[in-house]
Amino acid sequence: MDAKVSLARLADVAVGRGLPFLKRVASKVQRAADQVSERLLGADFEDRIQSLSRRYELQGGDPFGFDPDAVRQAALPSAFFHRAYFRTEVFDIDRVPTGRVMLVANHSGQIPIDAAILGCALFFDANPPRMTRAMVDKWTATLPFVSTFFSRMGQVVGLPENARRLLEREEALLVFPEGMRGISKPFRDRYQLQEFGSGFMRLAIATGTPIVPVGVVGAEEQYVSFGSLSWAARTFGVPVFPLVPQLVVPGGALPLPTKYRIFFGEPMSFAGDPDDAPRVSDKVYLVKQAIQHILRRGLAQRQGVFR
Amino acid sequence: MSGTSDPSGEGAVLVTGICGRLGRRVARVLHRKRRVIGVDRRPFPDRPADVEHHQVDLRSTRVRELFRGGVTALVHLGVMHDPRRDSGENLVWNVTAAKALLECAEHFGLKKVVLLSSANVYGPRPDNPQLLDEEAPLLGAGSFGAIRDLVELDMSFQAFFWKQPAIETVILRPTHILGTVRNAPSNYLRLPMAPTLLGFDPMIQAIHQEDVVAALERSLQPGARGIYNLAGPPPVALSRALELLGRPTVPVPHGIAKMGVERLFRWRVTSFPAPELDFIRFVCMIDDSRARRDLGYAPRHGLVATLSAVDDERWLG
Repeated sequence: MDAKVSLARLADVAVGRGLPFLKRVASKVQRAADQVSERLLGADFEDRIQSLSRRYELQGGDPFGFDPDAVRQAALPSAFFHRAYFRTEVFDIDRVPTGRVMLVANHSGQIPIDAAILGCALFFDANPPRMTRAMVDKWTATLPFVSTFFSRMGQVVGLPENARRLLEREEALLVFPEGMRGISKPFRDRYQLQEFGSGFMRLAIATGTPIVPVGVVGAEEQYVSFGSLSWAARTFGVPVFPLVPQLVVPGGALPLPTKYRIFFGEPMSFAGDPDDAPRVSDKVYLVKQAIQHILRRGLAQRQGVFR
Repeated sequence: MSGTSDPSGEGAVLVTGICGRLGRRVARVLHRKRRVIGVDRRPFPDRPADVEHHQVDLRSTRVRELFRGGVTALVHLGVMHDPRRDSGENLVWNVTAAKALLECAEHFGLKKVVLLSSANVYGPRPDNPQLLDEEAPLLGAGSFGAIRDLVELDMSFQAFFWKQPAIETVILRPTHILGTVRNAPSNYLRLPMAPTLLGFDPMIQAIHQEDVVAALERSLQPGARGIYNLAGPPPVALSRALELLGRPTVPVPHGIAKMGVERLFRWRVTSFPAPELDFIRFVCMIDDSRARRDLGYAPRHGLVATLSAVDDERWLG
């Protein structure tokens, strides 16, 4: 009997005091979470999404499968890395023209975080917001979930036909002419541009696309690689097998929280014959020099890798 | 035979495979303008009175006789693709029939030859450009043997196009045709519950059957010649298409789906051959700007109308 009464009292207290208390806590947590997400995403996040949606609706949708609504879902984790983790600083992003453009950048960091952060910069910091369209490897199209994710996020299978079509649709194409040589470069080669491919230049000439050289400072230190084991790469059938000691440290799978600085250079325009190989490689060299110059200046400017 | 009325003076058009669902629609549109002669082994039950129909095999010598009656145009729809039949037999039948028809077209000096091919000749592949143009290689048979026939026919009509410059040859390659037709994409969208492949959601295109008929009609106009892709309304993700149709979906991992469909096909539970799964896995989309520019083609049906066309006359057969 007594037990029943005390249980009932307990229930009364729980309903009368405990529940409102819990509700208050929950709503506070909710508010705090909202504040954090608003600080990360920025107050104009909805407007940015709307602006992107309108752009693609006017074109009758994107045939490559880009979906502005999917950006909404990926935005919070991306914004966390962009604003909080890497504390990206963006310089001269207003140099990116609003029409068709090729962003040519240095590539580094073992996994393409630089591409994602560059995408963030053009979405969160550019006016109007742009979606960068990068090229992904063909075999990702055979992977479940990955293929769908890339497609919804505006990434396309790396084929010259696709690149040309994107530029003809006035998109911002992200190109890493160093390719695999750049992303897998060892720590000792940081900020030294590797050999450039020339496909991007031929396409830029053929489609009359301005090239914006971009220097990404900070990504080259995010994973310290001592080099690639060529025999291991051959054994496992992967393009590179980098030796990254931090991966064996617990929590080392995350990149080092280096500070990202992204410098946009003056747009460069090229004309001439896209099939004139020697002239094309001269032009490629000009772009490479421009990026190397931006990087040198950016490196001289910074006080430390993490500051 | 020559006594039949010919209001336009353009001569008759011979339509093969006229008794299919698409063929009957073509006949109904064309017979208002010019004489239509149909050839099909099947009967043509609700045939318009002024459409002649001959129930013969395309390979028979009687077909040659039909060309004598003032035929000036050939529309070849009678491509057989029965996945249940022996594939070698199918190929021999299709190629022999096409060869006989093209020989007649040359011998009787036709003005126009039209083949209804399909965008399936390009094939769904992970390394496809997002939109294929008419110059893309025909790789459809690489993973799906049954497409071989269509690729073969497409090629022989292409050869005819070059060999016979006096005859206007048109090859139409429409994307997935939707409507009352009984092809794989329409059948798929008619399933009460659509299986999808877990983690795959390719962009797809579809074209309304009536838009195909309209494009066929345009391709019969004097001056039209060449290869034309035909796409319908702007592409959408497969999941969005199924959502618009209100179909519940069951995502199945690709390996299991492939094994399952292979078994079910062998046991005759399903009419979908397993390689068809690639169409809901990879992209096979086309750029039809050439048809829009040269033929003046434009789809009249929007996305929702095109998709829901599979439910028209659903219970009427």
